[in-house]
Amino acid sequence: MSLAEKQSVAEIKARNKELIAEVLKVYPDKTAKRRAKHLNVHESGKSDCGVKSNIKSIPGVMTIRGCAYAGSKGVVWGPIKDMIHISHGPVGCGQYSWAARRNYYIGTTGIDTFVTMQFTSDFQEKDIVFGGDKKLAKIMDEIQELFPLNNGITVQSECPIGLIGDDIEAVSKVKSKEYDGKTIVPVRCEGFRGVSQSLGHHIANDAIRDWIFDKQDPNRVAPFESTPYDVAIIGDYNIGGDAWSSRILLEEMGLRVIAQWSGDGSLAELENTPMAKLNVLHCYRSMNYISRHMEEKFGIPWCEYNFFGPSKIAESLRKIASYFDDKIKEGAEKVIAKYQPLMDAVIAKYRPRLEGKTVMLYVGGLRPRHVIGAYEDLGMEVVGTGYEFAHNDDYQRTAQHYVKDGTIIYDDVTGYEFEKFVEKIQPDLVGSGIKEKYVFQKMGVPFRQMHSWDYSGPYHGYDGFAIFARDMDMAINSPVWKMTNTPWKKSPAKPTLLAAE
Amino acid sequence: MPQNADNVLDHFELFRGPEYQQMLANKKRLFENPRDPAEVERIREWAKTPEYQEKNFAREALTVNPAKACQPLGAVFVAVGFESTIPFVHGSQGCVAYYRSHFSRHFKEPTSCVSSSMTEDAAVFGGLNNMIDGLANTYNMYKPKMIAVSTTCMAEVIGDDLNAFIKTAKEKGSVPAEYDVPFAHTPAFVGSHITGYDNAMKGVLEHFWDGKAGTTEKLERVPNEKINFLGGFDGYTVGNLREIKRIFNLMGVEYTIVGDNSDVWDTPTDGEFRMYDGGTTLEEAANAIHAKATISMQEYCTEKTLPFIANHGHEVLAFNHPVGVSATDKFLMEVSRITGKEIPEELARERGRLVDAIADSSAHIHGKKFAIYGDPDLCYGLAAFLLELGAEPTTVLATNGNKRWEEKMQALFASSPFGANCKVYPGKDLWHMRSLLFTEPVDFLIGNTYGKYLERDTGTPLIRIGFPIFDRHHHHRRPVWGYQGGMNVLITILDKIFDTIDLNTIVPAKTDYSFDIIR
Repeated sequence: MSLAEKQSVAEIKARNKELIAEVLKVYPDKTAKRRAKHLNVHESGKSDCGVKSNIKSIPGVMTIRGCAYAGSKGVVWGPIKDMIHISHGPVGCGQYSWAARRNYYIGTTGIDTFVTMQFTSDFQEKDIVFGGDKKLAKIMDEIQELFPLNNGITVQSECPIGLIGDDIEAVSKVKSKEYDGKTIVPVRCEGFRGVSQSLGHHIANDAIRDWIFDKQDPNRVAPFESTPYDVAIIGDYNIGGDAWSSRILLEEMGLRVIAQWSGDGSLAELENTPMAKLNVLHCYRSMNYISRHMEEKFGIPWCEYNFFGPSKIAESLRKIASYFDDKIKEGAEKVIAKYQPLMDAVIAKYRPRLEGKTVMLYVGGLRPRHVIGAYEDLGMEVVGTGYEFAHNDDYQRTAQHYVKDGTIIYDDVTGYEFEKFVEKIQPDLVGSGIKEKYVFQKMGVPFRQMHSWDYSGPYHGYDGFAIFARDMDMAINSPVWKMTNTPWKKSPAKPTLLAAE
Repeated sequence: MPQNADNVLDHFELFRGPEYQQMLANKKRLFENPRDPAEVERIREWAKTPEYQEKNFAREALTVNPAKACQPLGAVFVAVGFESTIPFVHGSQGCVAYYRSHFSRHFKEPTSCVSSSMTEDAAVFGGLNNMIDGLANTYNMYKPKMIAVSTTCMAEVIGDDLNAFIKTAKEKGSVPAEYDVPFAHTPAFVGSHITGYDNAMKGVLEHFWDGKAGTTEKLERVPNEKINFLGGFDGYTVGNLREIKRIFNLMGVEYTIVGDNSDVWDTPTDGEFRMYDGGTTLEEAANAIHAKATISMQEYCTEKTLPFIANHGHEVLAFNHPVGVSATDKFLMEVSRITGKEIPEELARERGRLVDAIADSSAHIHGKKFAIYGDPDLCYGLAAFLLELGAEPTTVLATNGNKRWEEKMQALFASSPFGANCKVYPGKDLWHMRSLLFTEPVDFLIGNTYGKYLERDTGTPLIRIGFPIFDRHHHHRRPVWGYQGGMNVLITILDKIFDTIDLNTIVPAKTDYSFDIIR
């Protein structure tokens, strides 16, 4: 049983404040001052979570963050399936991110589809010294020759590109012209830019604006007949099929999804999105930029939604329907009613096994807030949460719509802080990433990867919630956690962290 | 509605139902601007042809699906093998997130590593302040006994000087003056992860042996009876190093495993997170200079380290990831020769058991053709084992293999009648391999997890041996070195052969006359 249940909110707040003060003691003064701004205990009624965000990580602390390349190639561009994304620079970045994010798609890989492949310019010393533009041009020729059914190319810059002064824009323009206006997109997502993945999302969004939208003939005709119910799914990367289990609900309520950004997405879908009547936005953090742009330039409204757990799904379906006529509004009600028995059955089965369990989260984009409702549908409580690369507007949304009074908030958490918080708060479950998974499991704390769904999923939509509930149950109620203490030894009373003591 | 609370369907089954299949078909037809299926089929067939292979092999600039990673990964591999040591990678922070994820996906273990988190301002002004602050923070937070520094390509391109930076950081009080901060420049645009292993290992030894970057006296070598053992970059490091220790202990050899990461990547789940565990002590690392000899299990992981050690007066020996009977024989006899210790009867019996196992199963492997890819030493070790099993390592490919490796592989082929039709491919990638599997088909493919894409596209059954292995669990716990390790490799190969035979004979009333229960 978690501590949270036995304590009043005032006691929890006092404990969390004490805990923050305690972890800050480990740092040199300058670092402690900087980190203090990123840690807080949430006070209900406040407009944000009271933490600073989107600030440089401190050297040497073991941040969990990635880089701009990860935000562009790994998140935004990589899933676009019929284009070839060149990891431009040395071999590593593309290698470590090769097929690791489980952006599901349908297509013949290597022939008309290329998501789970690693195309790299594999920079050598001579490319650094003499520049890589000629090599890049040749790579594009070789791609055209060997992968003739590709529908476009992107250049995903790694650190050296911006440092050695290569002109990837010029190469892209020349080659685009040479190949009859082929879509070739240079992306300046060098890993040293910005403070996290976040700037990479923004740069990738801008590249779509500049090199796809702005290149289109303004008088082009839609390749399909428009309907009043055309929408685009923005910011769903189809991890484990998330976008599919979302799309099916939108279609069932009578909408027509003309594009997916970017999971299982294609160049044609990107190009046609300005014909949508509404953009529905799941990951606000990574794709709010292009949504705002389409609103300004094409007058397309956008609407944030949350497809985790039946409460938020129903709320979101109604919110999306509110942009349309009664037919769609009725459609939303029908969808909610259709899945109600399934949701009732899932909750009847799993809630008794999960009621009162506490969760600590630390993830990226939208999940540190979006999944809270799904846990609450199962009777669980999120007692701590934080973001790798949020901005203040994320913390505002978190404070205003999601977290409870007294929740501990940690922005750009360090390995040390996270371990200490979990050790003291003793949640029943931690939800974070692969780098954190085994740390907490060693401590005997059940864990689920909340980036990759621990190779399960989908978690979005009604179909996904059943899987989410099953997975949380199997993590928390696995018999393995009863065996972590060696029976003939004095068992440690709580999870402990040896190294940093 | 396919979903059901009593039998929850996840991605494996959920999307195969008619609702989703219809939805996906409509998506493709209406919105994806799909290619003509006939054209897709034509290109798919064309990509199998010798004509395509010729174009594929004419590539000069593009790399597709390489079987190598970058230098700093190897440096991190080395650093965690020393007692309470934290790897500190100077440069962009995203790289460190990648190394940690990569190792954790393979070993299913935590990997602790820090970054100096350089951003745009550091690109302009250099990363000195990042080094100064970073070392201080790491030292205070994680209380390591040593911080081993390497670099990302960003720091290399702007020319940061680790020696000078670390010196300055010490002067500024980031860490005590006498604190151990070995370093290695590990540019990602030179070599691969095995080069990074080499540079980082040399960096650590140079630090301890040659006066800690000019801050103390160089060590005076006083030869003793010990031998040093370097495993090289090895996905089986956990099982292999334990097996080597068992063998050395059986022989009574005095040894130092230099860079022993077998404990830190295999910590128990017992309620405690051990950020550090085991490892070569710093004292052992320093005293390794006094050893009479140093053995490297992987020649191409220690191309600079071994000559450095030899210059300190050691006898040095390099093997090529020895797997199987003859290679293990040679390894043990050399250890015996150097140390003067006899090979005990117990190992002779293990040898006999491996030969026994090969004799029992030889008929199923003899004459089978294999394609192998991976790091150069692993390729060599596996090819040599296949030759002694009477199999043919028809195609051997190492993206990070060099000219010397190519020649060595050719000499290996020439040494056996089973090597007559075998070819070596240095510097090629897995898209080259794809062509070769179509034009020169083999019975089995040996490689890492990424080989599953080749298995899917070419139908060649994949035997998973290599790094990384992401989609099978716990293989790294089993050794592939020593006679026991050879037994593990043999069984792994045989299991796939038998599974494949069963799969080929499983159709009732058609092929199942050969679906034998005794093989």
